Amino acid sequence: MRRRPGPVALLMLACAGCARESTPMDYMHGAAGPAQMPIQALAQGFTAICTAVVAIIAVLLIVSVRRGIREQRNDGDAVTPGRNGMPWIYWGVGLSVPVLLAMTVWSLLATRAVATPPAAPAVDVEVIGHQWWWELRYHGDRASDIVTTANELVVPVGQPVRLRMTSADVIHDFWVPKLGPKMDLVPGQWNNSWFQADRAGVYVGQCAEYCGVEHGKMGIRVRALPKAQFDTWLALERQPALPSINRGAQVFGQACAACHTVRGTGAGGIVGPDLTHVAGRLTLAAGMLPNTPTARMTWVAHTQQVKPGAQMPEVPLADVDRAAVVDYLGTLR
Amino acid sequence: MSAVPVTAVDPREPASASPPELATRLEALWGEGEGLRAWFATVDHKAIGLRYIVTAFVFLLLGGVEALVMRIQLASPEARVLNPEQYSQLFSMHGVTMIFLYALPVLSGFSNYLWPLLLGSRDMAFPRLNALSYWLFLAAGLFLYMSFFIGAAPNDGWFSYVPQSLKPYSPGPNLDVYALGLIFLGLSTTVGSANFVVTLLRMRAPGMSVNRLPILVWGTITASVANLLAVPAVSLACLMLWLDRHHGTHFFDIGGGGQPLLWQHLFWMFGHPWVYALVLPAMGLVSDALPVHCRRPLVGYTPVAMSTVATMVIGFGVWLHHMFATGVPPLALSFFSAASFVIAIPSAIGVFAWIATIYTGRARLTTPFLFFVGFVLLFVIGGVSGVMTASLALDWQLTDTYFIVAHLHYVLLGINVFPVIGAIYHWFPKFTGRMMDERLGRWTFGVMFIGFNLAFLPMHWLGLAGMPRRVWTYSHGLGFGAANLVVSIGAFLFAAGVLMFLIGVVHGALRGRIAGPNPWDAPTLEWSTASPPPVYNFAVLPLVASRHPLWEARIDEDPEGDRSLLTTGFALDDGKETLGVTPLDAQPDVILKMPGPTLLPALLSVALFALFVGLLCSWRWLDALAGLAAAAVLVAWFSPHATVRDEERVRIYE
Amino acid sequence: MSEVRTLDDTLPVQGQGRTGTAWWGLMCVIGTEGILFAYLIFSYGYLASQNVRWLHDGPRSLRLALPATVLLVGSSIVLEWAKRVGNRGRTGAARLGVVLAVLMGAAFMLLELREWKEQPFAFDTDSYSSIYFLLTGTHLAHVAVGLLGLLMMLAWSFGGRLRTEHSQYRALTTLYWHFVDAVWLFVFATIYLSPRLA
Ligand code: HEA
Ligand code: HEA
Ligand code: HEC
Ligand code: CUA
Ligand SMILES: [Cu+2]
Repeated sequence: MRRRPGPVALLMLACAGCARESTPMDYMHGAAGPAQMPIQALAQGFTAICTAVVAIIAVLLIVSVRRGIREQRNDGDAVTPGRNGMPWIYWGVGLSVPVLLAMTVWSLLATRAVATPPAAPAVDVEVIGHQWWWELRYHGDRASDIVTTANELVVPVGQPVRLRMTSADVIHDFWVPKLGPKMDLVPGQWNNSWFQADRAGVYVGQCAEYCGVEHGKMGIRVRALPKAQFDTWLALERQPALPSINRGAQVFGQACAACHTVRGTGAGGIVGPDLTHVAGRLTLAAGMLPNTPTARMTWVAHTQQVKPGAQMPEVPLADVDRAAVVDYLGTLR
Repeated sequence: MSAVPVTAVDPREPASASPPELATRLEALWGEGEGLRAWFATVDHKAIGLRYIVTAFVFLLLGGVEALVMRIQLASPEARVLNPEQYSQLFSMHGVTMIFLYALPVLSGFSNYLWPLLLGSRDMAFPRLNALSYWLFLAAGLFLYMSFFIGAAPNDGWFSYVPQSLKPYSPGPNLDVYALGLIFLGLSTTVGSANFVVTLLRMRAPGMSVNRLPILVWGTITASVANLLAVPAVSLACLMLWLDRHHGTHFFDIGGGGQPLLWQHLFWMFGHPWVYALVLPAMGLVSDALPVHCRRPLVGYTPVAMSTVATMVIGFGVWLHHMFATGVPPLALSFFSAASFVIAIPSAIGVFAWIATIYTGRARLTTPFLFFVGFVLLFVIGGVSGVMTASLALDWQLTDTYFIVAHLHYVLLGINVFPVIGAIYHWFPKFTGRMMDERLGRWTFGVMFIGFNLAFLPMHWLGLAGMPRRVWTYSHGLGFGAANLVVSIGAFLFAAGVLMFLIGVVHGALRGRIAGPNPWDAPTLEWSTASPPPVYNFAVLPLVASRHPLWEARIDEDPEGDRSLLTTGFALDDGKETLGVTPLDAQPDVILKMPGPTLLPALLSVALFALFVGLLCSWRWLDALAGLAAAAVLVAWFSPHATVRDEERVRIYE
Repeated sequence: MSEVRTLDDTLPVQGQGRTGTAWWGLMCVIGTEGILFAYLIFSYGYLASQNVRWLHDGPRSLRLALPATVLLVGSSIVLEWAKRVGNRGRTGAARLGVVLAVLMGAAFMLLELREWKEQPFAFDTDSYSSIYFLLTGTHLAHVAVGLLGLLMMLAWSFGGRLRTEHSQYRALTTLYWHFVDAVWLFVFATIYLSPRLA
């Protein structure tokens, strides 16, 4: 059989190309916490074993084909009963079984290691999936302490975070590869999951279960902050927005409040994300745009181009009003 | 590749007896005539088998074109060739087409064509049912594709999870087409499978005992039994989906106490056994054809046959591995994870049996051989990626990424498409009487093999790098761009290979060398007839004494033992008839009168098509009409015929 | 010299019972339909296990279901008898038996439909009502198909097409009817008995 230098070379080229680009969602490297560490080892180990199995079989195939052809050239192609080939099966299966057994055991051990958090979770967050954004609720000691935010899960570094997840509409799946396993958000059912970020930073994630047209643009960010900063952040989030009576706030009250909540104002809609501190987030619209003034303008003016099919309409507004409302958004820190 | 060649590859006469006086009589009894009516009325398993294969291939092309359009969209980040809704319909129809309208039907086609020939019979057990299963398949395929042209094709993936597929989130007719279409297609699969089961039990040549069945027969029988047991699950799920959508029930809708996961359980209880049904017959094709090109019998017939069955048995106990991330307790999932690892063992038996056959044989470097060797490698790649996803913990990362897309294409194309194309090269001379061109064949293999790996190998890497599946586009900065471009190029290269294959088919059919009865010098009964075989297959029903009737003289381990008889045997010519045998040891025990050509199956399919259109459009009058028509056809179908005799003298040709 | 010879041996044509292919075909149908009911019962169990609100004030009453069960089981016995006498050529008795079985089957259907009407819920009330109607309804549909088959047989018999030697028809319709009957016992156990045991 001919080998295939073409694709191998191209593949290597491609991989070289890929390697230069950074891959923030890969889970073969850079595990950031104990919920992912054992899985990363498993991923690397299994990839190695499986690559080896493929390589061995490929070599066996090449050897067999060459030998088969040689036999045919030398001895002609008359039919013969053939030599006994059964040892191949005995050896092949005999060697595969222990490998499979070892893989099973390793896999079960890894499962056990990541199934439950090592310590009692310090933070408890409810994650509620919506088409196509994430609602996040932090519970405090008092009922009034509840903080509702969206699309950016802020957590303290080095502490287990417990997630209790469900969905408001269809099935979604919470997935931040560097931090840990996926978990489905199933309507009518609460699923638990946990992770712990051992390094400060921003982790990229994405909804992983098909949930309608914009499934592909349902990103999530996890921002891990040192404990002190996290506490400051949480305290800030608990505050309502400062009251404001400018033009932007008025427009917002007329055009946006039916869907969005801004705590401390009259805006109390629950169709879209809570915008009380929207300007404090890193991205907009479930990770689709950087949260800059221009991007906020783009979002409000061209919602359906940024995210075709999104549940937010392109609200018809006069240019000045749109500018005003975008300015207003910028004040919601 | 010059003028029409006339030399036969195998100049000998067919090994089976075909005495002219008998042949003329049988031709008159079995011939179906020409013309449009005859075309719709045929019950010949060979015509039906070929139609199955051709139709399935048309669906492969349609699904393939859908894939190519997706690949244009995915070739670069943030592309806007398609809008998200179009993309959803494309990947859903691509999956539905490939899984339901290509992969199983193409194998049904092979089995339909080959079974009676392999088993030494004149037809399947129920020829009219056979025609029905084809017409239903065609009608269900048209039903599903109708939606495409009104812009409302299914758009929730091939497994259409609820609640996304319920009315509030999918108000259009898209998912009604899906639900009704799958129920409709399920009818075809069910009658087809029942036909295979009964054919295996009763329609064999005398002496074709269980330990002499070709592996293809093992594969198809396993798949058919599995279909009978699995298809009701998805039909039921689809019925519930349709009821939830149109009659306000609450099977899945949580508002009324329904359970979204019930859908997933029912779907995967069907879905996992089904994916094995898509490959076991194809592995059987390889197990039967590869040894021919290695000039020896298959190594390990018994273990391979047993592993076929074992794969399916275990396959019924692993469905939860598609639901690892749904929140089912890890303890329960661990069991299914372990069972999924176990399934690799029977597969390993197959792999090593094929390698051993090559190693200990004398390999002829023919096109089918190349495809089969390619298949072994692709199967192993797809298999080990399956083993990786079988790990519960690892699958919590892998699931719903392109790693799964890579896995499913390696297994589906590797174990279905490659063997099927190899098998077409192998059996083409039987189908048409002509050979396909070898040189073009080798090039075709090369292009397909390279294109395939270029298209799907990088998908593993994409999955490990975190690319989720079913996304209509992906952002810059995630690092997916370059690999996706390679994938798209590979996909087009593979498509070019498919195109070359089609050219090869047309060229072979029109100008290929005349094949003769047994151009590969193969051992099984289908090669003992003329190419293409006469409508009645065997003028004299053979008597089988071994697994390799045409190789006996050369490889028989037991020179003293009985020999198969191809020129002496039952000469049933007292009407259109064939022989029925006892289920286990294949002793003749009944003469079966076979039905002649009839329009009933086609008519029933038309009536059912109308019925389903009526359900889709809520046209009660059409339903009523179609229901009556279907009932009338059934009454005609089952109406008792005046029996003539209940015994007949046996006629023997010597 | 090669030639076709007729042996003194004979083989049955088409074959009755298990010798015929139709019997095996029906077994396939029964297998796949049986498993359909298994999936239905699984769905019932799954929904039951996941729901707090279930059953609507206790299990379904046995008032109609019990007599219905007796009727259906009885009809199976009657039909079996009709099959046997029919095979022995006693056409009149056989017709009578089939008519009787049809009436009993129809009575079963009426009782079931009656029970449907008496339920305090409708098909679209909640998941319990949905699966209750789907499970019993699928079974009723099978009873209806069986009845149509029997009626068709009667029609053919009176029309003279179906005669004593068509014993395969009697064998297969009876077999199917027994199957429908046996399935009912599982449905009955699921809907009426299992909540009482829990
Ligand atoms: C076409 C047929 C087919 C076949 C044959 C297989 C074969 C296997 N599949 Fe695959 N599978 C699919 C079709 C198939 N699959 C499809 C279509 C999906 C996706 C559905 C969707 O979501 O759309 C899927 C998804 C799928 C999943 C779910 C992934 C997810 O969604 O998260 C899993 C998980 O366990 C899995 C496992 C396996 C395993 C263990 C095998 C095993 O049978 C493989 C066994 C074979 C070998 C292992 C190779 C030979 C063995 C050796 C050479 C011995 C040495 C090997 C070792 C020591 C490792 N498959
Ligand atoms: C047998 C099954 C089968 C086959 C053969 C294929 C073939 C291909 N598939 Fe498919 N695929 C699936 C089964 C299959 N697929 C399934 C089950 C899914 C999951 C769906 C879901 O998520 O619900 C999937 C999903 C899937 C995706 C993921 C979509 C997503 O998740 O967003 C992609 C993306 O690249 C893809 C690509 C391809 C490509 C490039 C081919 C190529 O091999 C196609 C090659 C092209 C051809 C075969 C056509 C050749 C055409 C010509 C030569 C032109 C002549 C034309 C005419 C005469 C009309 N497939
Ligand atoms: C019909 C309901 C609706 C209206 C009206 C509406 N929105 Fe939205 N909005 C949404 C939804 C739903 C989302 C989430 C979209 C997504 O990411 O898929 C959203 C998202 C947003 C976001 C991004 C939030 C984040 O966390 O990333 C901003 C900012 C926003 N809307 C501002 C506005 C402004 C300003 C207006 C008025 C001019 C407005 N919205 C009107 C429904 C609405
Ligand atoms: Cu939410 Cu995909
Ligand atoms: Cu599976």
